[in-house]
Amino acid sequence: MASMRDIKRRKSSIQGTQQITKAMKLVSTVKLQRARASAERSKGYFTCMYDTVNNILQRVGHIDHPYLTPGESRRKAVIVITSNRGLAGGYNSNVTKLVTRHPQWKKEDLDIYCLGNKGRETFVRNGYAVKECDNDIVESPVYADAAALSAKLLESFAAGEIGEIYLAYTGFKNTVSHVPTLLRLLPVEVDAAAAQSEGSGEATAIMNFEAEDTEALDLLIPKYVTSLIYGALRESVASENGARMQAMDNATSNAEEIISDLTLKYNRARQGSITQELTEIIAGAEALG
Amino acid sequence: MAEKSGFPVRIITPDRVFYENQADMVEFNTTEGEIGVLPGHIPMTVIVRPGILYIHETEGEKKAALHAGFAEILPEGVTILAETIEWPGEIDENRAKSAMERAERRIQGKAANTDLARAETALQRAVARIQVLK
Repeated sequence: MASMRDIKRRKSSIQGTQQITKAMKLVSTVKLQRARASAERSKGYFTCMYDTVNNILQRVGHIDHPYLTPGESRRKAVIVITSNRGLAGGYNSNVTKLVTRHPQWKKEDLDIYCLGNKGRETFVRNGYAVKECDNDIVESPVYADAAALSAKLLESFAAGEIGEIYLAYTGFKNTVSHVPTLLRLLPVEVDAAAAQSEGSGEATAIMNFEAEDTEALDLLIPKYVTSLIYGALRESVASENGARMQAMDNATSNAEEIISDLTLKYNRARQGSITQELTEIIAGAEALG
Repeated sequence: MAEKSGFPVRIITPDRVFYENQADMVEFNTTEGEIGVLPGHIPMTVIVRPGILYIHETEGEKKAALHAGFAEILPEGVTILAETIEWPGEIDENRAKSAMERAERRIQGKAANTDLARAETALQRAVARIQVLK
């Protein structure tokens, strides 16, 4: 049995850890509330954007537009949104696994655009081509950042350097459920099921365009891509804090469990030492008498 | 159209719902020129160019500087997805003025590497900001 002193030391060290995890949990709870509020505020914009673009694509379904057909190149650009800091449970590894464990993708064909330091670390370690990395964006996403990134990607898509653009992020469903998601940005894919159910609902509304179809797409699709990236950033930030809150909650309750276990052991050891002392004294007294 | 209370107008930006109310008419600048939209308009999608947005409500008129985005017009309402839009109170006049001067100089300078389209958009934005303040 470990000595009383050892147990005591271990207990106080775990108590220290518990205080840290508790504090981190509180911090991420507050951050989560803020991130969730802003994710919800901007959600209307993205649903509207998504609906409109879907609507347009349904109507011009057979148009031959560069943004709607895969490029020549076999290279794929993947935007991966992770966090800058760890201690968020499986949050980061779940997103990176989407890319590293993808059944069809080959390491050589991928250009990784990392948002978040943790993702960059993983990809660099595994020998992926990390083209670009911007860690400051994820702290507090701004629309202009998303616009700059999407402009850059669309440019290399137009130049034929990359054939497809993907986005890997963590969708925020609610506080406890975060879904790692892989989404194809370009060529735009129309969600057939959603398009149909929507189409039947608004069959009467036929959209007209003032600008030419192709021209409208030229202008709309960059906005669409940008807003998807921005929306993904917002959701990922909310998910990150949600994941961290959960992880820290678990850590706190685990620490609680260990502490109560150690307390029991400590008391037992204390009782044991008292009993032993008593036995020794009695034995000594008997030997004298 | 005979509706007394006008039609719902929603203006959404990536960060907030900018405006949501009943209006009689909205006017703004598009790639095809300035348009005014009344209730019962045919369904149409237009791309926004920098300009002033007027919202005519029954109680009066509201102005805002609308810079980029697109609008979805339906007979029963208008939704403007704006990337950038500002109420007059949110505009810094001095900044807008210096931006206008900068853009004008760039256009007149005609340096070989000037991105003319970008400079023109910047100018339009600055002009819209200044006009909306007047």
